[in-house]
Amino acid sequence: MEWVNAIVQGILLGGLYALFAAGLSLMFGIMRFVNLAHGDFIVAAAFGTLLFVDATGVNPLWALLPIVPIMMAAGYVGQRLVLNRLSGKDILPSILVTFGLSIILQNLMLEQFSADSQRVSAGALDTSAISLGGGLTVGTVPFLLFLSAIGVIAVLNWIFAKTAIGRQLRATSDDPETVGLMGLDKRHLFGIAMALASAVVAVAGVLLAIKTNFDPAAGPIRLLFAFEAVIIGGLGSLWGTLLGGVILGVAQGLGAQIDPGMQILAGHIVFLVILVLRPQGLFPTKRGS
Amino acid sequence: MSIQNWARLGLLIVAVAILVSGPYWASRGTMRLLIEVFYFLALAQLWNLLAGYSGLISVGQQAFVGLGGYAMFSLAMFAGVPILFALPLAGILTALIAWPTAFVAFRLSGPYFAIGTWVIAEVYRLVFAQIPALGGGSGISLPAGLVKAMASGRSARESLIYWIALAIMLVVVLGIWIVMRSRVGLSLSALRDNEEAAVSVGVRTRSLKFVIYIATAGMTGLIGALIFVQKLRITPEAAFSVTDWSVLVIFIVVIGGIGTLEGPILGCILFFVLREYLADLGAWYMIILGTISVVIMLVEPRGLWGLILRWRNITVFPVTRRK
Amino acid sequence: MTHLLEAKSLDAFYGDFQALFGVEFHVDQGESVALIGANGAGKTTFLKVLTGLLPVPGQSLSLEGVDLTALRIHQIAARGIAMSPEGRRLFPSLSVRENLQIGASVKRPGPWSLETVEKLFPILAEKANTPSTLLSGGQQQMVAIGRALMANPKLLLLDEVSLGLAPVIVRDIYETLPMIREQGTSVILVEQDIGQAVAVSDRLYCLQEGRISLEGKSSELGRDEISAAYFGRAREAS
Repeated sequence: MEWVNAIVQGILLGGLYALFAAGLSLMFGIMRFVNLAHGDFIVAAAFGTLLFVDATGVNPLWALLPIVPIMMAAGYVGQRLVLNRLSGKDILPSILVTFGLSIILQNLMLEQFSADSQRVSAGALDTSAISLGGGLTVGTVPFLLFLSAIGVIAVLNWIFAKTAIGRQLRATSDDPETVGLMGLDKRHLFGIAMALASAVVAVAGVLLAIKTNFDPAAGPIRLLFAFEAVIIGGLGSLWGTLLGGVILGVAQGLGAQIDPGMQILAGHIVFLVILVLRPQGLFPTKRGS
Repeated sequence: MSIQNWARLGLLIVAVAILVSGPYWASRGTMRLLIEVFYFLALAQLWNLLAGYSGLISVGQQAFVGLGGYAMFSLAMFAGVPILFALPLAGILTALIAWPTAFVAFRLSGPYFAIGTWVIAEVYRLVFAQIPALGGGSGISLPAGLVKAMASGRSARESLIYWIALAIMLVVVLGIWIVMRSRVGLSLSALRDNEEAAVSVGVRTRSLKFVIYIATAGMTGLIGALIFVQKLRITPEAAFSVTDWSVLVIFIVVIGGIGTLEGPILGCILFFVLREYLADLGAWYMIILGTISVVIMLVEPRGLWGLILRWRNITVFPVTRRK
Repeated sequence: MTHLLEAKSLDAFYGDFQALFGVEFHVDQGESVALIGANGAGKTTFLKVLTGLLPVPGQSLSLEGVDLTALRIHQIAARGIAMSPEGRRLFPSLSVRENLQIGASVKRPGPWSLETVEKLFPILAEKANTPSTLLSGGQQQMVAIGRALMANPKLLLLDEVSLGLAPVIVRDIYETLPMIREQGTSVILVEQDIGQAVAVSDRLYCLQEGRISLEGKSSELGRDEISAAYFGRAREAS
């Protein structure tokens, strides 16, 4: 029973990892760009939630209302002002700039909030649980979190498949030069892509704050989890990314069941094994075909 | 040889002579600082060889610093190898472990290679934290007896470590210089300019990068071994620290100038000067360093050395061929 | 009168390499102009300049009297220059219909819509939901032209339409050209096939090593004259 429980908890945790990963996957898919500060932005959104709850005292989910638009605007502006200058064939500048940003963000948060581990309370939700039958119960928070991950991915897929902006983003991913010939401004579309990715980062950050403890140095490990989920799932498919997140979550859950010190290591090892055996990921599909 | 080259050689010999005689004129504190300068410079040059010259942008070199350190401690404590022999052995051992590691890391390319190497370094950190014989998560100290056997007395030991650090630094800097002037260097610059074209004229990209990755790992391991012989104590956190062995090293190279031999030297000097004055600022020190390197990457990706080149076209190590 | 498109003494560079030298070129409203020349003569470069893919700051290039050199690619497209690029450059993750729809992103009013384009190339309606990668070469070329038309351009650039296609398919495609011109659209076409280029154009320019070596009415230029301008010194030497 403990093992079944570990697997179920792992699946639910995987939803959060898929949320971390979706933003990373969007950025790479459309702009061939990897943001090494991705995890730190998630943690920044979590601290934003903390500030919001401290100031208003309402349920932390309300923090989505200010944080999502703020992050989207910041993502768009940052892409237009800074990151678009780095897009090009040479990946070195973008890696090094976002790596620098990661260190700056971590230390700014450290300066502002101290190194203490923080947590945001969702009130009664924190302790409530849902029974799945057979003596299996799951926390309401992890359960809702998993559902919201599915929701976010479904919305993203809908945007890509059905809307004009989604079509333009897919075209940009295929061939940014030719997109210009269509009268579309690549720099603007990159900004939109970053805004979209930042919205997911914001949601992930708020949910992270509700789900677990976090501190200013908690970003890099989130980047690594996101990256692992993307690679396990296979590039180009957001549902694959969700499954990648779930596999990572289950691996960690089972690892923790063996020995608490094994939790993170087990996830990494499953990732490395999959990388060696199936470098294209488990569910590689091309979007839109 | 031209007069310019004679002058260059003369300056180099004088500089090396001053550094070699360090233990005779430097205080204990200065020597400690210089040892640190030497190994940071060596690490910076090695990372520069990977990222700047070979396009292998690793954020996981701390894996090899840590492996070298732990290999050193294991060889000395469990195999009874004298420290002076264990040092090179630790480097070789690290290169051997880097071999299968490279097979995994090379499955990824570009930005994903960067994060992949970071994951691998984390794996090594977590694995060593699980080994009770090496003290697990809380680490282990080098037994005093083994340390004492290194040399007769504390100051002799410190001089020895100083000379070894200096030697490693010189071997790394001059070694990379020689490599970059050879056919390998030509292949690398071809790769950097245009990978497809280089491949089409027969540069064996993958195997060349592979060899560089492993050789770099071995040297990084040797440096790691020396770092922890000097520190006398090793913990997984310190050995596999991303901040110390990747973040700072990358900042040094980026600020000084990536893809040149002069850049990391300049960056290293600047880094230690800044640290002297700003280290007390704690988090703000890292924010300042990060901001400098981000601004440099945006304004002049060739770093401070690139800024100097804009002003005057000089070179200390004639590597880059003129068009 | 002002020409629809006019380039005066236009130079273009790839870094230090000069690809075009003093090109004098114009297209009038409703005209079909062919641009021919050997490989590397600068035809594709010229089209890249027209679309803004290769910027030429400080040069003289205008559309309806508006300076194009200060505009970016997407702004030039919005002013009414559309291109069916060499190699089609369709978006592989988009279906046929989505490829057409994205051509209309500039939202210029005019005769061309999904409906009229699919009437021009009926096969595209049939294959509307097929991924563009699964089409034949000829069908892909139709998508590329249709996608350009969706922008309702004043000036349509056709780069190497016949490349890699069977003659019968090339004929089918060029048969639609009069229908496109009927709507008042001017056309610049780059062709390897000189006979084809002469047949479907009002005027003709020949590029040789980055310079215009011949210009004239297609119907009045002789075969030898064109060959000489096309091959240049290589021919003299032989």
